[in-house]
Amino acid sequence: MCGAPKQGGALAGIDLSTQTVIQGQVWRDGAPVAGAYVRLLDATDEFTAEVVTSPEGEFRFFAAPGEWKLRSLAPSGRGERAVSAEVGLNETTVVLDQ
Amino acid sequence: MSRNDVLVTADWAQEHLGQPGLVFVEVDEDTSAYDGGHLEGAVKLDWKKDLQDPLRRDFVDKSGFEKLLSERGIGNDDTVILYGGNNNWFAAYAYWYFKLYGHQDVKLIDGGRKKWELDGRPLSKDPVERPATQYVAQDPDLSIRAFRDEVVASIGSKNIIDVRSPDEFSGKILAPAHLPQEMAQKGGHVPTAKNIPWSKAANEDGTFKSDEQLEKLYAEQGFDDGKATIAYCRIGERSSHTWFVLRELLGKTDVKNYDGSWVEYGSLVGVPIEK
Repeated sequence: MCGAPKQGGALAGIDLSTQTVIQGQVWRDGAPVAGAYVRLLDATDEFTAEVVTSPEGEFRFFAAPGEWKLRSLAPSGRGERAVSAEVGLNETTVVLDQ
Repeated sequence: MSRNDVLVTADWAQEHLGQPGLVFVEVDEDTSAYDGGHLEGAVKLDWKKDLQDPLRRDFVDKSGFEKLLSERGIGNDDTVILYGGNNNWFAAYAYWYFKLYGHQDVKLIDGGRKKWELDGRPLSKDPVERPATQYVAQDPDLSIRAFRDEVVASIGSKNIIDVRSPDEFSGKILAPAHLPQEMAQKGGHVPTAKNIPWSKAANEDGTFKSDEQLEKLYAEQGFDDGKATIAYCRIGERSSHTWFVLRELLGKTDVKNYDGSWVEYGSLVGVPIEK
């Protein structure tokens, strides 16, 4: 598993005292993956949201405290990561393999 | 109405790009997707700018729809092939909208933009110009659109299907989790609504599940074939996806989309809410 790099992306205007932000990057072979689909699944594995990663491979969700799962699907592979989120910023990395 | 009348595969779409009489239309919430590459020859519709009234919360009216389609070069006799991002949410919304204004031949590309991209199919950045038409719309078909009073009156009598995620249904979150959670409306759902998330009707690549799988899904969730149905979500686009499944794929009768959805219902004074 790659070490999670420090994630960026402007957080201006987002109130981290109330919002539960889950964000990070999708990686494959040590490089970020642009255009990957990332979905956020709830504790019962049900779809909650889906985004496409930015040119820098970044994704961001606004969730709630609790247990979540990130699942990424791209032409180059798929990956999954569990996240235990709290109010504020929760950063993680999803690594694709296949 | 059956699957073949309303849905085409990505293979079929790719083989028929550029065919006269077909107009491919990409519909997105974020139109930068189209600008970064679209199906060859496809025109774009911006869900918000093109399809919503700029002032009131409503559709563009009939003459506005006629002007829009005429400018985009879509004729009454054209077969409109819709696709888009977000697992075809907004393409399904546009499908419902085209049907509301009486367009005869409309289809969705199964899997939309997502399947297209995952398959590595070609995208074009070439600008698309089509000659203008004189499009004539029908009066809105309100047999497929529900309004708030009908929703309230249907509590306990119709199938009310809340297609949002379970956490939105329960009020834990107020919007799909790619959006900030600061909203004015209350959390929860319409009393007696069944939570059958739109996503249960789709495969991971965005394609629809088979008719057999879909029939089984709704039967298991307590969908009553003997009752009329209203589907809703937050703003009416995910419920268009379910409306498409129920009415167009499965052929259920009397299915309406409540496009006011939770943003409206959860802000109404005095209506019952369950949580």
